[in-house]
Amino acid sequence: MSEKTPVNWEKLEEKPEFRALMARKKAFIIPATIFFLIYYLALPILVGYWPDLMKQKVWGEVNIAYVFALSQFFMAWIMAFIYVRVAAKWDKAAAEVIHGHH
Amino acid sequence: MTIAQIMFMAFVGLTLLITFYAAKKNTGASAYFAAGRSITGWQNGLAVAGDYMSAASFLGISGMICFSGYDGFMYSVGFLVAYITVLLIVAEPLRNAGKYTMADLLAYRLKPRPVRALASLSTLIVSTIYMIAQMVGAGGIIERLIGIEFAPAVIGVGVLMLVYVVFGGMLATTWVQIIKALLLIAGALLLSFLVLKFHHFSFTEFFNSVSKADYGGSAEPKNLMQPGLKYGVAAAGPWGPLDLISLCLGLVLGTAGLPHILVRFYTVPDAKTARSSVVWAMAIIGLFYIMTTFFGFGAATILKKELITTAAGKPDINMVAPILAGHLGGPYFFAFISAVAFATILAVVAGLTMSASASFAHDFFSNVIHHGKANRPGAELIVARVTAFCVGAVSIAIAIYLGPSVNTAFLVGLAFAVAASANLPVIIFSVFWKRFNTSGAVAGLSAGLISAIVLILLSPNGLFGKTGAIFPLENPGIVSIPIGFIAAWLGTILTARDPEAEAKFAELTVRAHTGLGAEKATSH
Repeated sequence: MSEKTPVNWEKLEEKPEFRALMARKKAFIIPATIFFLIYYLALPILVGYWPDLMKQKVWGEVNIAYVFALSQFFMAWIMAFIYVRVAAKWDKAAAEVIHGHH
Repeated sequence: MTIAQIMFMAFVGLTLLITFYAAKKNTGASAYFAAGRSITGWQNGLAVAGDYMSAASFLGISGMICFSGYDGFMYSVGFLVAYITVLLIVAEPLRNAGKYTMADLLAYRLKPRPVRALASLSTLIVSTIYMIAQMVGAGGIIERLIGIEFAPAVIGVGVLMLVYVVFGGMLATTWVQIIKALLLIAGALLLSFLVLKFHHFSFTEFFNSVSKADYGGSAEPKNLMQPGLKYGVAAAGPWGPLDLISLCLGLVLGTAGLPHILVRFYTVPDAKTARSSVVWAMAIIGLFYIMTTFFGFGAATILKKELITTAAGKPDINMVAPILAGHLGGPYFFAFISAVAFATILAVVAGLTMSASASFAHDFFSNVIHHGKANRPGAELIVARVTAFCVGAVSIAIAIYLGPSVNTAFLVGLAFAVAASANLPVIIFSVFWKRFNTSGAVAGLSAGLISAIVLILLSPNGLFGKTGAIFPLENPGIVSIPIGFIAAWLGTILTARDPEAEAKFAELTVRAHTGLGAEKATSH
């Protein structure tokens, strides 16, 4: 971006390509955020209010509470993996939107 | 000199050498505040991890799992999951639209003076509270580990941190954090290996002994795998479960509002690298917190209770990990883990000082006092260095005044609660809500800040103690976070629309989501 030719931000924002990119981003980020918040907050809610359920053993002395807590780590990593894959596609779309403006 | 002291000296020597080289490269604001935006993805990932995994989490969580079992492990889970919020919502728009501080993003399309002044105040409050917690912890630990008394230990940590920040800026701070993250992971891997070796590399045997944890045969067996030992109704009363939910909410939303974590994303060349650095950080942070299973629970199965309780018979929470290291790996490993704890404290306080001083110099001095107009070249840097010195001196003084007995978990909880309640709502609304205006930002920042602080003061950890507490929860998040969001929303819809802010929304959206016009890397 050079100082001499100011970018017309409104025009860029109104471009159908940009609007489509934002729609795709929202279609992923909003459901993904709702999902991980529910999955994560289910842990303290279940542990706090249904401790007897969570104390049930699934493997030796390992109980549901521990397995669910451990699964949060994998949920976070899988979420990050999916996000990186999806965001790489957004990068291409974003590059097309601002093509010619560098 | 003891082995621990020699290892401390080696770490200090190495980091001072890095600071010396970093100081030579510090020419200009971008180099000083953002390491020239030249840090790579994996380097910044390690640095984020190093900035984040504090002594409270390494030493404190090991101790909490050892004594409270499963409920302590809940902290480990929250500290990682919080990074999804950072990854999905905050890191990339921040990198694309900002320059040096969190307030850059908030003030982008709003009236800069009130928003920056409040954001800078919130940054200074969060960073100072967090730093006092680290300093108090540091003083106590160093006293025990290398035999330097509390006050000189706190002053020593403060002086070293100031040398890194004042002379080495963000570049030196980054490398101190990277080295610390590597040391911490190495220490945690070795400690976990020794615990599993003790249990003959059998997970069955390991979890069996955790479920009958008897502190090396010195106490009544207790099932540490069961939830509720700290927050259950039996242990904490009827408010316990809600307190746990409130804690989790503060953790998962607070991280994305911690200024010292957010400024790390300005040190990379672009938003794509910011994204990959969050992923690197999540790999490292997740690995570390999964390992707290082994050394946290493991300590309860291996160490005799006398070893990890104080003379008064109280749990000696912060000493569990080093004592376990000494017990399983001998004096050399004890010294190594002690040096790692020391490195951990230094890296975190350096990051905090860096973000506090950058915010005061860039937000308050340059933009609030000087209206963002160019002042004397280099003035911003001088102010930042003076601020670093003042923030350091104030934190040292308060830490020494409070003394080793203050509850550091309470201070860390307060920092997370303020970050989640004041900073996050305003970050989210300014990026995603066109109608959002200056009054909304001012209302959100002030209401979040005030409600988190007032609720903590009225909590069982606050002014009136457990018996006189007016607010029943130790963690204010479940009340103060909604207050922050609602205040920001009400402040906006109850006041007039701001055509200027709405007009600039197009610019902010395009910048935030495409990276057009983002600050470029300056040094290679």
